[in-house]
Amino acid sequence: MSSIFGVPTQALFGQLLIGLINGSFYALLSLGLSVIFGLLNIINFAHGALYMMGAFVAYFLLQWAGLGYWWALLVSPIVVGLLGVVLERTMLKRLYHLDHLYGLLLTFGLALIIQGLFRNEFGSSGLPYAMPVQLAGGRSLGFMFLPNYRAWVIVFSLGTCLATWYVIERTKLGSYLRAATENPALVQAFGINVPRMITLTYGFGVALAALAGVLAAPIYQVNPLMGADLIIVVFAVVVIGGLGSIMGSILTGFALGIVEGLTKVFYPEASNTVIFVIMALVLLVKPTGLFGREK
Amino acid sequence: MVAFFVVAPFFIYPLFLMKALCFALFACAFNLLIGYVGLLSFGHAAFLGSAGYISAHTAKVWGWPPELAILAGTVVAGALGVLIGALAIRSRGIYFANITLALAQMIYFFCLQAPFTHGEDGIQSVPRGMLFGLLDLRNTMTMYFVVLAVFLAGFLLIYRTIHSPFGQVLKAIREHEPRAVSLGYTAEQYKLLAFVLSATLSGLAGGTKAIVFQLASLTDVHWTMSGEVVLMTLLGGLGTVFGPVVGAFIVVSLENYLSQLGAWVTVVQGVIFVLCVLTFRRGVVGELARLLKKPL
Repeated sequence: MSSIFGVPTQALFGQLLIGLINGSFYALLSLGLSVIFGLLNIINFAHGALYMMGAFVAYFLLQWAGLGYWWALLVSPIVVGLLGVVLERTMLKRLYHLDHLYGLLLTFGLALIIQGLFRNEFGSSGLPYAMPVQLAGGRSLGFMFLPNYRAWVIVFSLGTCLATWYVIERTKLGSYLRAATENPALVQAFGINVPRMITLTYGFGVALAALAGVLAAPIYQVNPLMGADLIIVVFAVVVIGGLGSIMGSILTGFALGIVEGLTKVFYPEASNTVIFVIMALVLLVKPTGLFGREK
Repeated sequence: MVAFFVVAPFFIYPLFLMKALCFALFACAFNLLIGYVGLLSFGHAAFLGSAGYISAHTAKVWGWPPELAILAGTVVAGALGVLIGALAIRSRGIYFANITLALAQMIYFFCLQAPFTHGEDGIQSVPRGMLFGLLDLRNTMTMYFVVLAVFLAGFLLIYRTIHSPFGQVLKAIREHEPRAVSLGYTAEQYKLLAFVLSATLSGLAGGTKAIVFQLASLTDVHWTMSGEVVLMTLLGGLGTVFGPVVGAFIVVSLENYLSQLGAWVTVVQGVIFVLCVLTFRRGVVGELARLLKKPL
């Protein structure tokens, strides 16, 4: 069997793999957006810029400190997460009493600043980032060739997503978080430091974006604009999944990556728009998204 | 304001003024939604850009006179407004912003790939033609006063709308939608009508801009343009009559004079955004109105 529906299996599985990879990034990014939206009620427009920063921090670590990929995987999310904490403490927290649209506008401004600064410094061409040696090469699965690094990205991001889901939906910490989204004043009255929880949540969501950035660095080049267009697609993913729904963003992230990959095989012209078309269709049936509920 | 614009082209570079006027109309149309209905659309570039393409195409390829070309662009933008509006107004707040953004992105990819838009090149050297077969628009001054007339017509329409009973209902919906509904107003229809009006006027701005600059390109459909119009309105003053005009002039001047700084323009815009949101939420005209204690 060398072709399915007239498409060579090699190409089909190749695109499926790319779809799964993209899906991993969609899932990680939309998960971070959902976590942040859940507690802060802010659509973090700076998410794409922070994802880009995650990749750049990995690049700097390698160039300046000689710290390779594995360190970057740990350090980069911490660095960017701390930056997120600073942003939340100094700016975002001033907006909670206002219409939540101001949060979107502020983070949009932050995204412009971060992207502009990096573009001034590094231009818009990409910087290469070497793949970790341990994950170089690949294996033949019989019907296709699977590069090790790509398999690692899929497994690792799936693991991170599920771990996040577990913490939020199944642990005590998560139940505090969910309670605080329902009624912050009441949770505060029980002696839980809600403002600190909000700050840490923002830091964590941002760290997820940076983690995605590190994962992306060896596949795509490290580029100041790498987050700018991706973020719009991720917004669409979040809208389809339903804002604030953890499982919704993970599932739709991976699913839409695959759908996009398949569209590339069967009808390449639509591959850029298919996610937006699906979004329009889903909204016609369910305005809050597949897993969402009106807030 | 009218007196200023009549005298201005004799002192200020008319092409710059025309650009600013087109964006001012665009920002006013956008402000009709955010300022008076409380709907933040993050996809208004779709209307500006697609109207530009339609006007450019009808004028250049089909040889339509400028008034029909602009009309065609405006009508198409209005029709798009019906489609996008009908989908988007089912949601509120952040959801609404996201949905308009994503739908506009669909339009962007369509414009990127449709054969008649010529992808990255855009539609170039669009003829300005003769308005009503009488006025030669190749003359910059004639073109300027036509643009001014278009802007004033759009501006007055918006002014009229805001101060009409219809506008009062829109404000009521912005302030407290459930109460407006309980008073018997069909909020959805009002919102859709406002959305379509805003889209149509954005299209008018886009079509005029394409004729003035003889160009329709991807810049005007890209989502960064949607962000820019938000910046103009926010900086000038959300929900003020003159704010968007002032905001558009400030942003267009900034871009003109900072253009040699390259990507720093984005940084400056970002800083303005952040400052506006943190300290200056009423915008220039909004703050002025507060000082003078009367609505502007």
